[in-house]
Amino acid sequence: MEAVPSAPSPLIALVGNPNCGKTALFNILTGSRQKVANYAGVTVERKEGSLLTPSGLRVRILDLPGAYSLDPLTPDEQVTADVLLGRRAGETQPDFVVCVTDATNLRQNLRLVLSLKRLGLPMVVALNMTDIARRKGIVINAERLGAELGVPVVETVGVKANGVRELVKVLDHVSVPLRASGASDAGRAVWRTPSTADIAHDQSEVRRILGLVGGDRLDGVTVSDRVDAVLLNPVLGPVILALILFLVFQAVFAWAQVPMDAIKFAVADFGNWLGAALPESLLKNLVINGVLAGVGSVLVFLPQIIILFFFILILEDSGYLPRAAFLLDRVMGSVGLSGRAFIPLLSSFACAIPGIMATRTIQNPRDRLATIMIAPLMTCSARLPVYALIIGAFIPHKRLWGGLELQGLVLFVLYVIGVLGAMAVAFVLKWSGASAGFQSLMLELPSYHWPNLRNLGIGLWQRVEIFMSRVGTIILALMVILWALSSFPAPPPGALGPPIQYSIAGHIGAWLAVIFAPIGFNWQISIALVPGLAAREVAVGALGTVYALSATGNDLSGALTPLIAQSWSLPTALSLLAWYVFAPQCLSTLATVKRETNSWRYPIIMAAYMFALAYLASFVTYRIALAFS
Amino acid sequence: MTTAPPNVAISELTGIRLTDLGIGKTARVVAVTAEGGAAPVEIGRRLAELGFLPGEAVRIVAKGLMARAPIAVRIGTGTFALRLFEAACIRVCPEQPQPA
Repeated sequence: MEAVPSAPSPLIALVGNPNCGKTALFNILTGSRQKVANYAGVTVERKEGSLLTPSGLRVRILDLPGAYSLDPLTPDEQVTADVLLGRRAGETQPDFVVCVTDATNLRQNLRLVLSLKRLGLPMVVALNMTDIARRKGIVINAERLGAELGVPVVETVGVKANGVRELVKVLDHVSVPLRASGASDAGRAVWRTPSTADIAHDQSEVRRILGLVGGDRLDGVTVSDRVDAVLLNPVLGPVILALILFLVFQAVFAWAQVPMDAIKFAVADFGNWLGAALPESLLKNLVINGVLAGVGSVLVFLPQIIILFFFILILEDSGYLPRAAFLLDRVMGSVGLSGRAFIPLLSSFACAIPGIMATRTIQNPRDRLATIMIAPLMTCSARLPVYALIIGAFIPHKRLWGGLELQGLVLFVLYVIGVLGAMAVAFVLKWSGASAGFQSLMLELPSYHWPNLRNLGIGLWQRVEIFMSRVGTIILALMVILWALSSFPAPPPGALGPPIQYSIAGHIGAWLAVIFAPIGFNWQISIALVPGLAAREVAVGALGTVYALSATGNDLSGALTPLIAQSWSLPTALSLLAWYVFAPQCLSTLATVKRETNSWRYPIIMAAYMFALAYLASFVTYRIALAFS
Repeated sequence: MTTAPPNVAISELTGIRLTDLGIGKTARVVAVTAEGGAAPVEIGRRLAELGFLPGEAVRIVAKGLMARAPIAVRIGTGTFALRLFEAACIRVCPEQPQPA
């Protein structure tokens, strides 16, 4: 056994209902000192941070997943209950609990407080969002609430730096209780699953307390209700949803143009400068044709990814996302999915990996599996570089009626095809009996509020970091490997074609090109698809490398767009677009599916059906396009 | 309209199903039970944990246009989207309309 450190840091758990502002509070308390990982054996996110209190005490803060109850229905709630009860392997039971409550929704939040109290752990109730409550005219007597609950209550404002001062003061006095192993259960209430009668009893207690402390302003039509009257209107609601999604995709193309050009020119200038500065050598070749050409052509899509996430984060933070799930539930239900599946599927538009992880909020295992299987068909942001390259090269830049951009419209159509494909696959799964009959929805529609700029900034920065670290690691490494494959062996003396044709990559490409010839892919595309298996956007970098190396003239650092516009036919370009809608060109996604389903079966099925769909779609697209051109 | 439509059976609990309540109408929950319905049993307990308990006031916030679309229900200070089979577990007694 290891010796106990002399001054152990107390472990403090943040617990609360979903949508109570717990994560914002966690961000304020711990700032950037956060460690994000997964709980052992499950894919529930584990967030731990630390805080140095005014008196110099270092406390560890664990942000437990949101829970309505300690009687778990989802993997998230299971983790929360297990950690609090000290029965989760590899986790120490918290020394202190901060129960975060939403002051505007105490009626619901207090039941969890009552359950937590029964656990017997030392705790404090954080009465959060008191600023919003006050604006709504809800005044709660915190002192009285504390007296009635028998637990200290502090007011917090989770979005303001000084809104947690009172809470920090309480945390300053938390100590690690001296407890021998095994003795921690002594004197603790034994947990038992509450019956409906228990819940009803708690509720009458909640009603009694609320009657004494205020905060029970019921009914009345709130601002949120007035907004909902429009946004959830049976006719207007779906129209507005479609408009919002359409505008997002238009913006991704229109707004990103200027910063994308700036990045493109900066990379080109840097390449020219470097080309002039470095002596002629193999290293120069690697840096300019391998690293710069490859990484530069992926980096250029950063503005579009930022814009897409900007909108997703705003929709999420404002409370609109669950409404979209509500509006789409009927449509989702018709193909055997729950409206809840909308949120994982929407996340998949950014990246299928967080999307597949988000399916853990779906309680029904078969429903969850169906959602996992179709998540990669949502157009993830890694496809954007590929789409943008091909659309930029082949679709004319012109305005249609109403100021719509043709390029944006084509992009939107590609997204729609992905969604329709996903629905068709879901329908087949339902029809084959692979998804269940009764899917639960029970989705909370939180009050609307203006997105918090600080949280938006943190969220965007995290996305930029993820993208940049991919560019810096996996993409960079693949670019170097691909450059090596494309450069060796060197062409024989007196060879006439571009050097890459004689390299290893050229041989693999020539072999793959036979398989892909019926769908119109040339050997350059076939080569690019191989590293593109690691990550979709790598294919663009790979094309950059392949074409830079295969160019015989002096346009090595020239833009890729005019190159492919010259050398591909329109049917080939459309066929490649169709391929990218369906193909499982992402090993990380398949690895995530393996981990989430704990079986090789589903990633294999997924890869097989997606390759089959992609080949079929490309074949049909290519043949139809050939017939018309 | 605050009374139950004639085709809705009035149970011994003298309530109507939440699904039969009109948009914008308020009611008080009289019972939450998954029994007799096709819904799994834990649905009733989970609804109770969200606050759907006897005596609580509810209001229909939104309904979809299509048949079998979910409904949005205000309970206390929170709003939840429920599928029809879930909402059908909740029996309510409609309140008299408030003078404006």
